[in-house]
Amino acid sequence: MTMAASPSISIAVVGSGGSGALTTGNSLLETACAAGWHGLLTRTLGPQIRGGEAAALIRLAAHPVECLPDQFDLLIGIDWLNAHRFGAEIKVGPQSLVISDPRGGEPPPMVAQSGARVVEIPMKDMAKSIPDGRPNMIALGIASRLLGFTAELVFAPIEKKLADKGPAAIEASRAAINVGFGAAATVEFDRHLAEPRPSTARRWLLSGNEAVALGAIRGGVRFAAAYPITPATEILEWLAPNLVKVGGVLLQAEDELAAINMIIGSSFGGTPSITATSGPGLSLMIEALGLATASEIPIVVVDVMRGGPSTGIPTKSEQTDLNIAIYGMHGDAPHLVLAPQSVSDCLFTTQWATYLAESLQAPAIVLSDQFMGQARVAIERPADVAFIGQRCTATEITGDYKRYAMTADGVSPMSIPGKRGGQYTADGLTHSERGLPTSGATDHLAQLDKRRDKLDGFNFGDHWASVEGTGEFAILTWGSLTSAAREAIERAAVDGIDVRLVAPRLLLPTLPEQLTAALKGVKRILVIEQTHGGQFHKYLRAHYDLPGSVRALNRPGPLPITAGEIHRAIADWRS
Amino acid sequence: MNAPLACKPADYKSEIKPIWCPGCGDYHVLMSFTRAFAQLGLPPEQIAVISGIGCSSRIPAYTNCYGFHGVHGRSLALAAGLKVTRPDLTVVVASGDGDGYSIGGNHFLHACRRNIDMTYVVMDNHIYGMTKGQPSPTTEPEFDTALSPGGTGVRPFHPLVVALASGANFIARCFSGEVNETADVLAEAIRHPGFSFVEILSPCVTFRPDEKNWKDQVHPASVGATADQGKAARRLMTDDGFNIGILYRGGRTPYRPAVAATNIDLSELEKDFEL
Amino acid sequence: MSKASDTPKVANLNDLLSVAYQVEIDAVDRYNVLADQMETHNNPELVKVFRDLARAEGIHGEEIRRLAGDFDVAARAREIAKFGRADSPEEVDLGAAHYMMTPWHALQLSLAGEKRALAYFTSIVETAKDPKVKALAAELVEEEAEHVNLVHRLLLRYPKPSDTWADDMDPPVSQE
Repeated sequence: MTMAASPSISIAVVGSGGSGALTTGNSLLETACAAGWHGLLTRTLGPQIRGGEAAALIRLAAHPVECLPDQFDLLIGIDWLNAHRFGAEIKVGPQSLVISDPRGGEPPPMVAQSGARVVEIPMKDMAKSIPDGRPNMIALGIASRLLGFTAELVFAPIEKKLADKGPAAIEASRAAINVGFGAAATVEFDRHLAEPRPSTARRWLLSGNEAVALGAIRGGVRFAAAYPITPATEILEWLAPNLVKVGGVLLQAEDELAAINMIIGSSFGGTPSITATSGPGLSLMIEALGLATASEIPIVVVDVMRGGPSTGIPTKSEQTDLNIAIYGMHGDAPHLVLAPQSVSDCLFTTQWATYLAESLQAPAIVLSDQFMGQARVAIERPADVAFIGQRCTATEITGDYKRYAMTADGVSPMSIPGKRGGQYTADGLTHSERGLPTSGATDHLAQLDKRRDKLDGFNFGDHWASVEGTGEFAILTWGSLTSAAREAIERAAVDGIDVRLVAPRLLLPTLPEQLTAALKGVKRILVIEQTHGGQFHKYLRAHYDLPGSVRALNRPGPLPITAGEIHRAIADWRS
Repeated sequence: MNAPLACKPADYKSEIKPIWCPGCGDYHVLMSFTRAFAQLGLPPEQIAVISGIGCSSRIPAYTNCYGFHGVHGRSLALAAGLKVTRPDLTVVVASGDGDGYSIGGNHFLHACRRNIDMTYVVMDNHIYGMTKGQPSPTTEPEFDTALSPGGTGVRPFHPLVVALASGANFIARCFSGEVNETADVLAEAIRHPGFSFVEILSPCVTFRPDEKNWKDQVHPASVGATADQGKAARRLMTDDGFNIGILYRGGRTPYRPAVAATNIDLSELEKDFEL
Repeated sequence: MSKASDTPKVANLNDLLSVAYQVEIDAVDRYNVLADQMETHNNPELVKVFRDLARAEGIHGEEIRRLAGDFDVAARAREIAKFGRADSPEEVDLGAAHYMMTPWHALQLSLAGEKRALAYFTSIVETAKDPKVKALAAELVEEEAEHVNLVHRLLLRYPKPSDTWADDMDPPVSQE
């Protein structure tokens, strides 16, 4: 058997009806990451709550990875029931190995057409030979053996997962893993993972949604209002027990309208506050986002984007909430829109968003997406950053307090309830400096100017975007696609093509001068986004002058735009 | 409380002059607010008056307390976020029959259920006044309006029964014209733990001049408040809608968010993720 | 108001002074609320009428306070001047206000208030046991009777307006 060391290997585990494919995938990820490798896991799922068809998509590597592969090296089908529904998301090729249970139905046509080598292993029957044996543990044994993990390495995460099920369950899983291990002994698989780079860094395994939640707390958030929605709920579920530990509170709301108004209320009371939702929830929150803008109440709203419009594809990723996040509110309503670029950046960006919202007394929308939000990724522990929300509050109040006083930077000291002499009524009506309702042109313009200028005049520093490389060819992208673009750029560099990456983390306010500087000398721009309508491209055209010639690579979800595709688009345009 | 600060009602009034129509019952309600606050001796800066949209929702700025004039129908949610994070504040929510029972109806149910310690005052005039007289959930079915020629034909909403069924811990009905009585009820509503609901019949002289007769129709409740939900349900379902006074006084424990025994270091939270 | 209402229990001279003081002060507040309303609703003639009424009641209040010497009538009033379900006698009915109201309407309101005050102090004259209280109450009755007469005299200057006094050719304005 020839064994080439690969920098990364990708595995998909497919099954349905309670087969446990996701547990197999998570165990593989945890095993590899515990042993020092890096990895990423995402899921693709059928519409059922239980018993649906599911696939765990795993990419393991010797280096940090934050995007899916172009195609999978190993595909294990515990069964293939309804696997065709997401077959397009699990690409295999002639170099791929497919493990198939002969009693699990026929592999979907695209597997057959791919030219991949199919090896049949009767996982279900093997499991039956073990008391309480499960086919997904057989699959785990097979995958571990093929990847070169020792059986002992694999046992650890399984034992942890089954700890409260008792020794019999653990023993049954051990036995099944061993059987799978044996079954894979004769299967040829000519790849194994290159040794991980030695590192002393502390490493974490977490999802983007968890990273968002931790970032919020680090940024100072101590109140969350929660209304469940896929794929954002994990943010709220992580915050529920953890906010309490740091003296905070989470309140479940009756709907998204309540959730956002609750955080406006808590923030009015002086507590940095957050809610998390997805497209349908964001649509409901828009009116109150306008209220927070007008009444200058800092809040953070995380939108974990999913396929839209309407209910769309709740379990799959898209970047199609950009328009509503930027333009959703009625009236002229300057606010903050930010987008993390990876799982680890979910932490930074949410923390930064909290800091910015608090500093600027404005609502911040954080656009994450299902891919980042629900991907589990091994990362190096992100460095602590100093962005902790610091609200400018009214400490010395003499005479008539003016809540919306004109100041040099547009930020007015905010009086917090309880402060004597600072009483005012926060209002969504157009108001004067004192906060009194008015319909006069002068006050309207003055407050519009103030709310615009406080954002436009703020120094956002270098964090506004990822700007990497110096080539005359630039990729302009945002959000989770940044990781795929970065990998494509690395591949292009191997071809000798120097490509610049410009990915804004801050989408509103727009920073025309900074983007112009970032694109200086660029002759070709490839705009990449996961939308059908080219929302990001149109946003760029509306707010920025793009130099040179521009092409767009955009596609709606649920198919991810891979590094391979981007690499091809670069190469095609060059030639 | 023995009013240690010797506050006067005028201390709770801002210098802003209301835009309500002369003759509007809400002027009386504002007086009842300031008298209740004075009676309780609460420092104005410790009170937050939260509202939505409508004539009644203009009340926060007319007080000298902290106020929030938010969006239509969501005042209870905003107040919930404030109260759970600032339990030291006295939170009073002001609404109307359109704001509170129509667009804000869902929040009304859940605020009653949640039973956070706050007082919800609905100034009910059975009409949308700010938008010129459209039928609200409490408008009589035969009442003719431009939007409902010949009447809606729809049964009015019964706010007190809904509040009881949803778990409100204190239920009262007042008439705006009885300023002192209303002030006393408000003070008691504020003192009572949990979610207190006070419906104030407050005439709209512009779009419901017939409501000027309310002052002759209202009458004190013949018996005192009950703590028995069953009895209260029967009374509320069968009264004539003009029974004034405290009608239900429950003993449910108010909602209190979980509070950690110790405030741990943030790095503790990271342990969830460590490999 | 036709409802049964509590009236403050007056045990001595200072109590009566305190209640009488409060009756005037309540009237001042109420007239000022009405004057503010008229200001907001651009009825300057009525602003003046209500401010004048407020001023007059204020002067009465001051006189009573002086009569009480060092005794703190305001503090005592807070304790005893409680009229239960009813307004205090000279608190005129805000519900009767109208943005186009005329001085005749204002005087009708005032007349009703003065008559209620008259009735209240009369009831004290009739029930008081302390002769000093009885005597002061009688003085107050006389004063209120004079106010009633004054209002009647003023009404001669402001006859009842025609039935069209509240006609407004413009429709109401939709807000919010």
